[in-house]
Formats: sequence, structure tokens, C-alpha cells
Amino acid sequence: MYDGGKIIFGLIIFLVLVTLPFTLSIGKDYTKVNPKIDTPEIMKLPETERKCVESKDFMRKEHMKMLIEWRDAVVRDGKTLYVNSQGKTFNMSLQNTCMQCHSNKSKFCDECHNYVKVKPYCWDCHIEPKENIKKEAAL
Amino acid sequence: MSNINRREFLKILGIGTFMGLGGWSIFEVVGKGEIEAFVEKYKKAPEALQAKRWAMVIDLKKLDQKIIHDCTEVCHRIHNVPKILNPKEEIKWIWEEKFKNAFPEMKDDYMSPEIKNMPVLVLCNHCENPPCVRVCPTKATFKRKDGIVMMDMHRCIGCRFCMAGCPYGARSFNWRDPRQYVKNENPEFPFRMKGVVEKCTFCYERLDRGLPPACVEASKGAIMYGDITDPNSEIRKILSSNFAIRRKAKLGTKPSVYYLL
Amino acid sequence: MLELALKGSPRYWGWLFFLAILITAGVITYLYQFQIGLGITGMSRDVSWGLYIGQFTFLVGVAASAVTIVLPYYLHNYKKYGRIAVIGEFLAVPSILMCMLFIFVDLGQPMRVLNVLLHPTPNSVMFYDMIVLSGYLILNLLCGWVILMSEKKGAPPPRWIKPFLYIAICWAPSIHIVTAFLYQGLPGRDYWMTAIMAAKFLSSAFASGPSLLVILCMLVRKFTNFDPGKEAIQNLAKTAAYFLLVTIAFYLFEVFTAFYSGITSHQYSIIYLFKGLEGYSKLVPVMSICVLLAAIGVLILVTPPLRKWEVTLAIGAASTFLCMWLEKGITLVVGGFIPNPFDRVFEYWPTIPETIITLGVWSFGFFVLTILYKIASSVKEKAVFDKYGEKQVKA
Repeated sequence: MYDGGKIIFGLIIFLVLVTLPFTLSIGKDYTKVNPKIDTPEIMKLPETERKCVESKDFMRKEHMKMLIEWRDAVVRDGKTLYVNSQGKTFNMSLQNTCMQCHSNKSKFCDECHNYVKVKPYCWDCHIEPKENIKKEAAL
Repeated sequence: MSNINRREFLKILGIGTFMGLGGWSIFEVVGKGEIEAFVEKYKKAPEALQAKRWAMVIDLKKLDQKIIHDCTEVCHRIHNVPKILNPKEEIKWIWEEKFKNAFPEMKDDYMSPEIKNMPVLVLCNHCENPPCVRVCPTKATFKRKDGIVMMDMHRCIGCRFCMAGCPYGARSFNWRDPRQYVKNENPEFPFRMKGVVEKCTFCYERLDRGLPPACVEASKGAIMYGDITDPNSEIRKILSSNFAIRRKAKLGTKPSVYYLL
Repeated sequence: MLELALKGSPRYWGWLFFLAILITAGVITYLYQFQIGLGITGMSRDVSWGLYIGQFTFLVGVAASAVTIVLPYYLHNYKKYGRIAVIGEFLAVPSILMCMLFIFVDLGQPMRVLNVLLHPTPNSVMFYDMIVLSGYLILNLLCGWVILMSEKKGAPPPRWIKPFLYIAICWAPSIHIVTAFLYQGLPGRDYWMTAIMAAKFLSSAFASGPSLLVILCMLVRKFTNFDPGKEAIQNLAKTAAYFLLVTIAFYLFEVFTAFYSGITSHQYSIIYLFKGLEGYSKLVPVMSICVLLAAIGVLILVTPPLRKWEVTLAIGAASTFLCMWLEKGITLVVGGFIPNPFDRVFEYWPTIPETIITLGVWSFGFFVLTILYKIASSVKEKAVFDKYGEKQVKA
């Protein structure tokens, strides 16, 4: 092998770099994500009414797709109402529908988004619920 | 079966393929037994105001400083339009211009100073033939079915081709993060982010909820709006009995904002 | 062939290092712009395009001008250009790269640039510009590389490359016509909305491109053992001379139309650029220098003895190039926005960060150009010592 030393040295550097995400987290605590849905707004509702626009499972898996569909329906087609699988109608709005119940952005949205290191740009423009900011300031 | 010829066979094959392409998601849903999926998922609100083409008439005789102030204030407040004082980075949806600036092609040496300096409210003209929509490379600005020239802030890449294309100077660009320049934010409406273009949207969010544009409401009758394709609409009646002008009509953009003198 | 770029003199490495420093400065400043927004530039609500889009427009012309070498060589079998065809093609490659970078740094939301592909919009001229620019980049890289490769091997170029050569020749004007259409199809911008814009773009491109090639050929001859040939340089100078005259004529046609017709809105931008409007005259010095450079360029390139003497030729070519750069790279774009739609003058001048980013992109272009020319000249140097003499390729 020509330049064998150099090649092996290069391979070692490559391996170190590639395994960095694993090696760096050695010895660190495993953080469990625990998004909270116990906001005062939700708790106020009678037990039977404590439902999101779709099932918990669907929302967990598909909320990002749904938000994008909602966005396009409202902004591009002027359609503001969403009819869910139960036939119930909702006003499609992140600020005025979703966050009215989920007034705890830091514990509801950020909890998981931070964990998986995704940074959706929703909040570059959309206004987050106020209580949240107060809480953060208090901390 | 024997009476199917080749042509018909191909027809059926084609239709079948077409149905299959469009309908396979339905089978998937039916499989789950969710018949509700056949109901349309997204709907217009029943109270939404509808038109074939929205238009506005601004009666300049009725405009005074108070009305102008109220209109611009309410628009900029409810839409979280930042108040940036530096003219280089100003953001405006509706604002005051002098007559000679709003209608430069009508400038005349012998025009009375009162008319020359008469206040005019200017905003996006929601052209029937909008150059900004024509030039936008991503359809971030587009014309809705009701004639409103809309902005999709989620899609805008900030190339500013629309600003070069608009002959009315109706578009503003977010040269930096606008948030710090908004006092008393309206929690029901979003901000914009840096690097996108924005402008008047004919209060689409209010029309969709059955409300008139905010400036119309604040104008005490100086601004009227309606469906210009409807001969019985208020604005059509005004236009048929009054002399109205539009900004730079010779450019063929067909503005939807009319001015009464 | 890339290995040829890795062996060079200390001067070669020094030059690349110098460019790398400028590129780094540009990248760092761009990160600052990315953070704050385009507010760090001199652009405004009224002059919403500036130096960046000006450079883009100018460089599309430089890229298109490769055709002034390629066309005579491949279509008319003009042998003298055989040596430098690849020089032209390899100039087009960094030029297009710079064009793309200038568009990129001009975007307010650069992370969304792929929206142009995600939501293709055929009614926007920008859509076609994207297609023609990327097509031209690929064509030139392909043609230049394949022909140089065969030259290195001492074999004639493969047959299959021929159609690509012809397509590239037809493609070249299209990139600049489409770029002109970006401007000339906009209502209400009288300085741009003129049918001669596309023609003037092409003519000014064919003046600035060949004059840059003259200078580049002289540099290649000075710093490498490859000689592009005196006659080739002289012919490029002639091309530049003719098209410089045509460009000046086109500009004067525009002035005639605006002033003889008496339509004031057509006159404002021209008055602003040459005399100043309502007391605003930031671009008058730029335009004056531009006129002076055009005069020097015409004098030298049109007068045979001055053109033939290479000292004056270098000055003439540089003047022509700079003149076209000032005209298309700054005044054309800014002038079109003045006065604004409300008949007011709001002026523009680039800021320091904007200038550093611009310099960074140019340095990147020259970095790529240096590497490509290093490869080309290393191949060509060997061909010069070929016992076949003038012939570059074994038949």
C-alpha cells in the first residue's frame, strides 16, 4: 500500500469524527422528554372535552404535516375551517386555536423540539402565549 | 366483452388509471372505516365575505388628517406592522402621500397648491394584472380567486423582484428583524421575519371572518369597498355616477383602488 | 487533470492564499449579514437592488462573452482561437458561479432558495434565468474539460462533444437576453423598460468580456510558459472595439428616444446619472468616470497603432472593462430605481460590509479562475513544446 501510514491516519480521524455524537454523550444523563398538556386552559375543560383536533397518536405523528396543510389552506386558499375526523369544526390558527389550549410553549413545543434538535421557524413570526414568557422571566 | 374495440379499451384503461391515481388515498381511508374522510376537510367559514374581485374606492374629498391617521394606525396596529423611522427601512401597508406624489403623471405647473398637496391614502392596488405576481419566482405572492394579491410570508425567499416590479411602491422589505419595532403587538396576528417582503393584504383575515377591511371601518365612509364585478354593489354605483381615477392606469396593471376627486 | 492545480510556484500559492484571505473576510461578513439581515447594505425600500444584483448582471455578460472566442473557432474554424478557446470557456465557469453567489447573497431568506425549484413558476423570468445559468455552467465545464483532456492525451476531441459545443454557442446569448428580460419587462421602471436593453446587454457583454480576456491572456503569457498568441489577443481587442462602439451607440439611441420624445419620465434616470436630480448627485462622479473610461477605451481600441502596442492595449482593455463594470454593475441597477414611484429621489451607496461581501465573491471567482487557468496552461505548456509546432493536437 502506498502511503499506508497516511491512509490509516486519515481513517482514524474519520472514525473519530463520525462517532463524535456518541462519544461526546458518554457519561451524560439520559434526559427523558416529558411534554406537558396540563395547562390551566385544558384543565378547565370537562374531562370528556379534553381532546385535541385529532387523536393524540395522530397529532404526535402528524402535527407538522397538519400545520403545513393548515397554513396553505388558510393563506393560499382562504379556507379557515378544519373539519376533523369526528365531523367537528375548528378555526385553523396556530396562534388563535392551538396555543389557546397549549399555552405552555416551553413545556409543550420546545420540550421535544429541543430534544431532537429541530428548530421550526414558526415562532420567528407567530406570537407565543404570554404566560410562557412570564414564567421564563420568573425562572 | 367481445364488443369492446381497441379504442374503448384504451379509454377505459385511461379512466381507470386516472381514478386510481386520484383515488388510492380514499381506498386507504375506507380500509380504516373512516367514512368521514369524504367530507371536505378544509372549508371557508360560512360568514366569510366573498367576491369575484374585491375593489376599493377612496373619496379624497372626505379624507382629513384624523381619518388618515386612524386608517393607517389601525391597519399597522392590527397587522403588527413595525414602526421604523429610518426611511431606508420603513415598512408601510397604507400611508399618506401628497397628490403630486401619488399621481406624478398629473403634475401641472398651474395646479393649485391645495390640490398638489392634497393628502391621498395609498396602499397596494390589488391589480387585476399584477406585475409582482408575474415576476415572483416562487408564487409567494399570488392572486386569490377573489382578486386579492396575497403574500405567503412562509414561502418568500426575499429576492425583491416584486418590489422592482411594482410600479406603485406598495411593497416593503424587512431589512432586519421587525419584532423590536412593534409596540403593543396584536396577539391574534403574526409578525414577519427578516428577509421577506410584505404589503397590504386587503385584510383577507378579516374578510374570511365576515369583517370589512380595517381601514374601511376606520374611515367614516371615506373608503368604500365591494365586489367590482357585481353591478349592484355599492362601489359600482359610485363608479357609475362619479369621476374616478386610478394610479398609473396606463401601465395596464388594472388597479382595483379607485380615487374620487 | 485536477492534480495539475496542486503543483505550482510559490507565487501561485501566494496568490491563492491572498484570495483565500479575501474569501474568508467575505464569508465572515456574510455571516454577519445573515444574522442581522440585508439592513447592513445600502439598499433601501426605494432602491431595493444594489451592488449585488449589479454584479450579477455584469457577470452574466462576462460569462456569455466566451462565445466571442468559441463561435469564430468552432463555427468558422478560425485557427488562431484554437489555443484560447478553453481560456474563454474557463472564464465562463467562475463567472456563472459568481452570478449564482451574488443572487444568493442578495436573498433575504437564503435558506429557502430551493423554493425556486420546489414551486417552479414559469411566468417568472427568474425561473428561466435559473435554468439557463445552470445549463450554461454545465455546458462550459463539460466542453472545456473534455477538450482539454483530449489535448492532454494528444488525441483529437471526441465526436460526441460537438453537439454540446454548438448548443453552448446558441446558449450563450440566451443567458444574457433572459437577464435583460428581468429588467425590461417591468412596468413603471422607465430606465429599464426599453427593447434595446437585451441588445445593449449583449453588446456591452461582448465589449467587457473580450477586453477582460485580452488582459487575462497577457497575464497568462507573463506568468506561464503558455502563449495565447499575439494575433488572438489582437483579434479579441478588435471584437471589444466594435462592441464598445455599438454599446455607446445603443446608449445614445436611448438618450435620443428619451429626450427627443420629450417624455419626462424616460429622462429622469438619465438626468440623475449625468447631472443629478433635485440636488441629489451621488452617482454623477461614477457616470463621469464611466464616460471618461469609454473615451479612453474607444481612442485606444479603435486607433490601430495604439491597439497594436500592447502597453496601450492593456490600458484600453482595462478602461473598457471598468467602464462597462461601472455602467452595468452599479449605475444601471441603481439608476432604474431613481426616482422612486412617488417621484422622489432616494439615493443608494454601498456600505463597507456590502463591499467586503462583494469583494469576497469576486475573490472566489478569481480563485476558481486561477485553478482552472493553471490546469489549462499546464496542459498547453506541454503542447507548445510539441514537435508539431503550431498544432496543439495530434491529428
